[in-house]
Amino acid sequence: MHHQPPRLADRFLQFFCAPHLLEEVQGDLHEEFDYQVKRSGLTRARWRYWRDVLGFFQPRYIKRKPSPYPITYSYSPTMLQNYFKIAFRNLLKHKGYSFINIFGLATGMAVAMLIGLWIVDELSFNTYHKNYDRIAQVRSRIFGEHGIGINSSLQYPLGTELKTNYQNNFKHIVMASWEVDNVLSAGDKKLSRKGLFMEPDAPEMLTLKMIHGSREGLRDPHSILISASTSKALFGETDPINQFMKINNKIDVKVTGVYEDLPLNTQFNHIKFLSPFDLWVSENPWIKERAMTDWDNHFLKIYVEINPGTDFEKISANIKDAEMKNLANFKEQQKLKPEVFLHPMSDWHLRNYKRGLLDPEPMKMVRLIGIIGAFVLLLACINFMNLSTARSEKRAKEVGVRKSVGSMRGQLIGQFFSESYLVVFFAFLLSLLLVALSLPWFNELSAKEMTMPYRHLSFWLTGLAFIFITGLLAGSYPALYLSSFQPVKVLKGVIRVGRFASTPRKVLVVTQFTVSATLIICTIIVYRQIQYAQNRPVGYSRDGLVMMEMKSGDFYGNYDLLRTELKNTGAVDEMAESMGKVTEVWSGNNGFDWKGRHPSADESFGTLVVTPEYGKTVGWQFVKGRDFSRELTSDSAGIVINEAAVKYMGLKHPVGEHVSWKFQDLETKHFTVLGVIKDMVMESPYEPINPTIFMIKGHGGVNWINIRINPNVSISEALPKIEAVFKKLIPSAPFDYKFADQEYALKFATEVRFGKLAAFFAILAIFISCLGLFGLASFVAEQRTKEIGIRKVLGASVTNLWQMLSKDFVVLVIISCFISVPIAYYFMDEWIQKYTYRTEISWWIFVGTSILAVSITLLTVSFQAIKAALMNPVKSLRSE
Amino acid sequence: MKRTYLGEFEEIVLLAVAVLNGQAYGVLLMHEIIEQTDRSVRLNQVHSALQRLEEKGMVRSEMGEPTNERGGRRKRLFSVTAFGQRTLHEIQEVRASFWQRLTPTLKFSV
Repeated sequence: MHHQPPRLADRFLQFFCAPHLLEEVQGDLHEEFDYQVKRSGLTRARWRYWRDVLGFFQPRYIKRKPSPYPITYSYSPTMLQNYFKIAFRNLLKHKGYSFINIFGLATGMAVAMLIGLWIVDELSFNTYHKNYDRIAQVRSRIFGEHGIGINSSLQYPLGTELKTNYQNNFKHIVMASWEVDNVLSAGDKKLSRKGLFMEPDAPEMLTLKMIHGSREGLRDPHSILISASTSKALFGETDPINQFMKINNKIDVKVTGVYEDLPLNTQFNHIKFLSPFDLWVSENPWIKERAMTDWDNHFLKIYVEINPGTDFEKISANIKDAEMKNLANFKEQQKLKPEVFLHPMSDWHLRNYKRGLLDPEPMKMVRLIGIIGAFVLLLACINFMNLSTARSEKRAKEVGVRKSVGSMRGQLIGQFFSESYLVVFFAFLLSLLLVALSLPWFNELSAKEMTMPYRHLSFWLTGLAFIFITGLLAGSYPALYLSSFQPVKVLKGVIRVGRFASTPRKVLVVTQFTVSATLIICTIIVYRQIQYAQNRPVGYSRDGLVMMEMKSGDFYGNYDLLRTELKNTGAVDEMAESMGKVTEVWSGNNGFDWKGRHPSADESFGTLVVTPEYGKTVGWQFVKGRDFSRELTSDSAGIVINEAAVKYMGLKHPVGEHVSWKFQDLETKHFTVLGVIKDMVMESPYEPINPTIFMIKGHGGVNWINIRINPNVSISEALPKIEAVFKKLIPSAPFDYKFADQEYALKFATEVRFGKLAAFFAILAIFISCLGLFGLASFVAEQRTKEIGIRKVLGASVTNLWQMLSKDFVVLVIISCFISVPIAYYFMDEWIQKYTYRTEISWWIFVGTSILAVSITLLTVSFQAIKAALMNPVKSLRSE
Repeated sequence: MKRTYLGEFEEIVLLAVAVLNGQAYGVLLMHEIIEQTDRSVRLNQVHSALQRLEEKGMVRSEMGEPTNERGGRRKRLFSVTAFGQRTLHEIQEVRASFWQRLTPTLKFSV
C-alpha cells in the first residue's frame, strides 16, 4: 500500500514554499518519506516528514522569485487622478442616478443620525450629575396581598435609621420633600415654580453648577437656591445673592445661590428651586408632632450617594432590613415584610418600577425606535447597492479596456471602491446638512433638547465607521465581480449576465417594500387607536374650561365673593371648586357600604369633594336623578355617582339609595344618592372608568378652581377679565391657569408622539424605497430600449409595453405585502393589547395598505415605463 | 591564488555531485553523503548547499523527467560545471602539497 505523507505538513509546505522551488523540494520530500516508511515505519516517517518540512521554513525557500516585469504602481498620483476624474464623469453623466443615490443615502443617514442622537439622549439621562453612577434613590419593596409593591415615598424614621446605623455605606444621605409647586415672590414679582426641600448635602451630591453663591447655600436654615432662569425672571440680570424672597407668601427665605438650570435630560430638570428640608419640616408641624417616629407614614424621599469603591447591590443587601427590624410596634407594616433597596440613578429613566415591577416599556420604545432607524438606513443602503450593481453592468466594457491596457485586478477593485466611497462621502456631507436643518423640528416632535455633537470625537468616528461600512457593502459587488471579467470576452460582447443575476436585486426590493408596508400598517393602526380613544365620549365639556390650582392659603375663604365677581364680568358662566383637576381622579378610597353589597366588593372608589356648582361648571350629563343644589342644605349629605359606580355596586334604582363610608379613623358618614351621571373620562382614556363618587362634604378640602367661560365670549377676551378679578381678590397669587382641553390632550402625548414618529419613518421608508424603484425602473427601461423598439415595430401597443415593464415590479411589491401583513399584525396585536379600551385591527387596513403600496409602485414605475414605451423605435434601433 | 571560497559541507556536496555524474538530485545526494560520511544530514541542508553552489556557478541544474515514485513530480538534476571541476582539482592540489610536506611520523600515525 502506498502511504501519503501528513496532509497538513504538505499544505503548510505548499503555503510557504516559493512556487519555483516547490516541485523539486516536495518531490524530494515525498521520495524521502517513502524511503523512511520502508526503513523505519509509518509513524516515524510521518514525524520525520514534519521535521523535514519545517527544516525548509527559512527565508531561502520562502522568498518568491522576482517577477521579470516591472510592478505597476497602484497609487501613482496620475492613476488616482484618473480614478477620480472617471468617478466624477460617471456621476455627472448619469445625473438622475447620482441624485437618487446620493439623496436617498443621505436621507437614510440623516434619519439614522437623528435616531442615534435620540437614543444617546435617552441613554445619557441624568449623566449631567457628575456622580450619577453612585447616586440612588432609596425605595422599599413590600409584599402585599395583591402582589409586590414598590414604595418611593418613605418614612421619616427610615432616614434617621440610615443616618445612624448605615452611614458608613454612604457619602451623602439626603431626605427630600415631595415635589411642590409653589409661588415664589420677590418684591412685586410672582412666579409659580416647582421645587424641592432637600437636606443641605443635595447641591453637592447633584453637583449643581453654581453661577452665584456656593453649594453650601442650604446650610442656612432660611435659604433658597434658585435656578438661573428663575433668578432671571425674579431679579433680572442682577446678582440675587442675599436678596430676600417668599415661598407661598408665607416663608421668608434668603437667596444663597443660583445654579445652572438642569438640562432636559435629567430627572430633576423641572426643579427650579431648592430650600432646606428642615424649613419644610418646621412649616409642616404635623411632621414634628406625629411623623418623626411613625413607620406608617410614607411621605418623603431619600436620595443617597454611595461611597466610591462599593456597588449598589452590596449596599442594597446591607440595608435590606433597615425598616423591618424597627417594625415591632407596627404590625400592619410588618405584615408587608418591607425590604429597603437602592434604585440607581442610571435606571431612573428607562428602568423604573410600575405597579411593583420593572416597567419594560421605555426600554422597549428605545429599542423599537432604534430598530426602525436601522431599517430606514438599511433601505437606503439597499437602494445604493441595487443601483450601483445594476449600473455597473454597463461598465463591463470599461473594465475590458482597462484590463487590456494593463490594469491589474487590484487596481480595478480600488477604482470601484473609491467611486462608491466618493458617493457615500457626498451623502454623508448632505446628511449632516439635513440633520442640522431638521433638528429643531425633530426636537419639537420628540420633546427633547438635542444639539449636533460636532465636538464629540465619537460622533465623527461613528460617521467614519458608517462611511466605511456602507462604501464597502455597496462597492463590493462591482469591485469584486466586475474586476474578474476576462477582457477578451467583455470586448467581444459575449459577457452573459446569468439568469439569476437579478435575483439578489429582487430580494432586496422585496425587503424594502416589506419594511415600508409594515411601517405604514403600524402607523395606521397607531393613529386609529389614538383616534378611537379621542372619540371616546368624555362625559363633560372641555372647551372653555379653565382650571387654577389653589396654591396658597389666600385662595381660600372667599368662594362666594369670587364666584359673584367672576360671573359679574359676563365672561364667566359658572365657577366651582373641586378636589383635583377634572382630568384626574385626585383621591381614591375604599370603605364604602350599601344595601346588597357583596362582602368582597371593597375596591377603591374615586372620592372627590366638590362645590355644588361643579356639575354645571364642567358640564356633566345626568342619566338619572338630579344635581347638587346649593339651596337644599340636605344635599351636603348627598352624592352623585357615575354609571361605573352604579354598575359596580349593582344598584337597580340608584337614586335615593343610602351609602355609608368609613374613612380611616373618622366617624362613619352616611350619604344618599342624588343622581347618576354619565361616565366621565378623567383618567387614562385607554382604561375603563373608575367607579367615582362626588360629594359636598367628605374627607378633605378642595384645591382647584374650575371656571367655565361663557361660550359667547372668546377666550382671549375672557382671560383678562378673569385675571382682573383675581388681581383684585387674591393679589398675592400669580394668575396661573390651565385649560382642560390642553390637559386632556396631554393624556395622548405619548401615543401621538409615537404615532408621529412612526408616520415620519413610514413616509421616509416609502420615499426611499420608491426612489430606489424609480432608479431601477429607469435602468431596466434603458437596458431594454432595443427590445422595446423591436416590439413596437412588430406592433406592440403602449399599453402592452407599459404592462410588460410594470409587471415585474408590481409582482415584487405584492409579494412584500403578503410578507408584511402577518409581521405587522403580530407586532401591532401585541402593542394594542396593552390598552383596555382599544380599536379592532380590521382587515381593511391591510388591504388598504397593500393597494396603496401597489399604486405607489405603479405610479413610480409607470413614469419610466411609459416614457420608454413612447420612444420612437427608429431612434432606439438606429444606434448600434 | 584567488578562487571562490567553498565550505567543507559544500565541498562534500560538490564531490558527491561529481561522483553521481549527472544523476545527482536532493534525496540521492543526501543518502550518498550519509553513507559516505556517516553523519546526519538533513534535506534542507543539501538543498541550500546546492543552491549556493549553483549561485557560485559550480553546478548547473535542469529539470528531469516526471517520475512515478515522486507523485509525478520532476527532479532537479545537478551536474558539475567546468569551474566546479577546476575548483575541486585546486582543492585537491592544495591538500596534496601540504600532505607531501608532512613528516613521516605523522604519516604513520594517520
